[in-house]
Amino acid sequence: MQALEYPAESANSAAEPGKWVIEAEALSKVYKMGDEEVRALDGISIAIARGEYVAIVGASGSGKSTLMNIIGLLDRPTSGVFRLAGADANSLSRDRMAQLRNREIGFVFQRFNLLPRTSAQRQVEVPLFYAGVTGQPAAARAREALERVGLSKRIHHRPDELSGGQQQRVAIARALVTNPSIILADEPTGALDSKTGAEVMALFDDLNQQGLTLIVVTHDGHVARHASRQITLSDGVVVEDTKAGAQ
Amino acid sequence: MTLFRYGWLSLQSILANKMRSLLTMLGVIIGVAAVLITLGIGAGASASITADIESQGTNLLTVTAMNGANTLTLGDAAMLEDRQLHPEIDSVVPEYTAQAAVAAGENNESAQIVGASPEYAVVRNLEVAQGSFFTAAEVESQATVAVLGATLAQDLFGSSDAVGRQFRIGNQPMTVIGVLKESGGAGFGSNDSRVFAPLSTVQGRLFAAPRYRGDLTLTGLSIAVGDSTLMDTAEKRVEETLRLRHALNADDDNDFSIFNQASLLDIAGSVTTTLSIFFGSIGAVSLLVGGIGIMNIMLVAVTERTKEIGLRRAVGARDRDILLQFLIEALVLCLLGGAIGASISYGLGGLVGLFPAMPFEIIISGEALALALGVSTATGFIFGLYPALRATRLDPIEALRYE
Repeated sequence: MQALEYPAESANSAAEPGKWVIEAEALSKVYKMGDEEVRALDGISIAIARGEYVAIVGASGSGKSTLMNIIGLLDRPTSGVFRLAGADANSLSRDRMAQLRNREIGFVFQRFNLLPRTSAQRQVEVPLFYAGVTGQPAAARAREALERVGLSKRIHHRPDELSGGQQQRVAIARALVTNPSIILADEPTGALDSKTGAEVMALFDDLNQQGLTLIVVTHDGHVARHASRQITLSDGVVVEDTKAGAQ
Repeated sequence: MTLFRYGWLSLQSILANKMRSLLTMLGVIIGVAAVLITLGIGAGASASITADIESQGTNLLTVTAMNGANTLTLGDAAMLEDRQLHPEIDSVVPEYTAQAAVAAGENNESAQIVGASPEYAVVRNLEVAQGSFFTAAEVESQATVAVLGATLAQDLFGSSDAVGRQFRIGNQPMTVIGVLKESGGAGFGSNDSRVFAPLSTVQGRLFAAPRYRGDLTLTGLSIAVGDSTLMDTAEKRVEETLRLRHALNADDDNDFSIFNQASLLDIAGSVTTTLSIFFGSIGAVSLLVGGIGIMNIMLVAVTERTKEIGLRRAVGARDRDILLQFLIEALVLCLLGGAIGASISYGLGGLVGLFPAMPFEIIISGEALALALGVSTATGFIFGLYPALRATRLDPIEALRYE
């Protein structure tokens, strides 16, 4: 992986070069729906090490989306401890959470979430804008990231000029461009046919080979089988946590 | 500065959504163009009216004898011209004006006959197109010569050259020695249909003017004041002198009236200022409506771009990033709209100037431009703030899920 320079404070993860990039202890998330309390997560404890390839699986309503939101620092737990690269989510300000999302997490969504009428290069530059990188340096890094996902010939194409698989690659390049600790993918092949889905998963395998931590939230067994570890959720608790080869 | 980054970001977004941006700007474009054009019309009309008044001399006092008073005389004129008594007065032009029938061949007209001294042409800014104005010698000799207004010359002699031709005022044969340049319809009693002749001829040969205390009476005086800032002083002193000479008691009314051209300029000025404020406020209202339009479309845009906002949140946008993005986008839209509106109004102003039928130009001043652009920027800020705050308050998780 190429080194990217960031302001000193973002070296946060390096300052505490722990093995675990994700640590959750007795994690709960409770939603109030009128008088009723819904326990979306009910005391989950997991740890994910750097370089791991993890699939979080479970039926809808199992709590995997809620877990993903907390891992992605889009939401906070109701109780319990959640640490991303050593930073405790409960003690982070909104701005600091945004900053960590920018630097430590790369999101990949089911429906790509690309900006309409915007070229691939500009899409990939978006996270860099919030990292304070603009102009030529941003353009250069965006092109580098697009090269990594095999789209160096499509940098000026807009979403409507790209196939679904290519659009998802642009989204992956966007997730990679700030060189985050983890890539967090939510049903990354859900909007793709099986052939392009397989291509995207092959790209993920490649990235994991290069040492990137991958967390894929899915209900698709084929997708989950690419991961080296499967965490199965049901009714807000971990019912299974298996490593490939252990079975 | 970081603000420029958001400016660049908003330009990208505006260019990526040209149609939406144009529709958003439309209100501001129309508003700014309306403000600039209405203010421009006001300024143009004001300049035209002022020029009109100034062409008749702004340093002019006009004394008119009351009907039937017959007390204003050549003696009064001589007294007012005395530099010892009236140092602020440059010259006094006596006038004797009456209505009479004029005829040339088959053509009969009724016209105003103005008898005056040659200086009349100077103080009233009369321009002779053909021939010449009459001279002091011709006044001296009661010469039967006359200068015609352009319209009257046309009416009496058609398109042929009137200079040197004969016509009659009543039964008195006269010779045309000059024709005035057309002065245009605007103004107060056009010179275009008048006859100008030597004072002595009009008083003596044409109308047999009555005398007062031995002096021939006049119907009016044109008084040129040297320094236009002394108009009010001059007016007061003329009034005093005339009251004394006409032996008026303290409680008698004036048997003459004095018209101060400078005060007309003041009135015209205040009228056009009022008109400018009136039109300007109509324009301002349309800018306000434009601003509400911007708010409307920005609100729609925030909803439409919910997913984008969610994505930006996910990749690290803080509250202020979202707020500034939308606020600055509104500002940039308003400024662009303002610039387009200003260009349109300058273009229209230039286009109107090409039509000779237009009585005045559209004058767009720097101040009006600054005002319009300032107001449109303020509009962008005020009406961009609420949508920007709405965008900031969106929950990132909901926003990401939004379809």
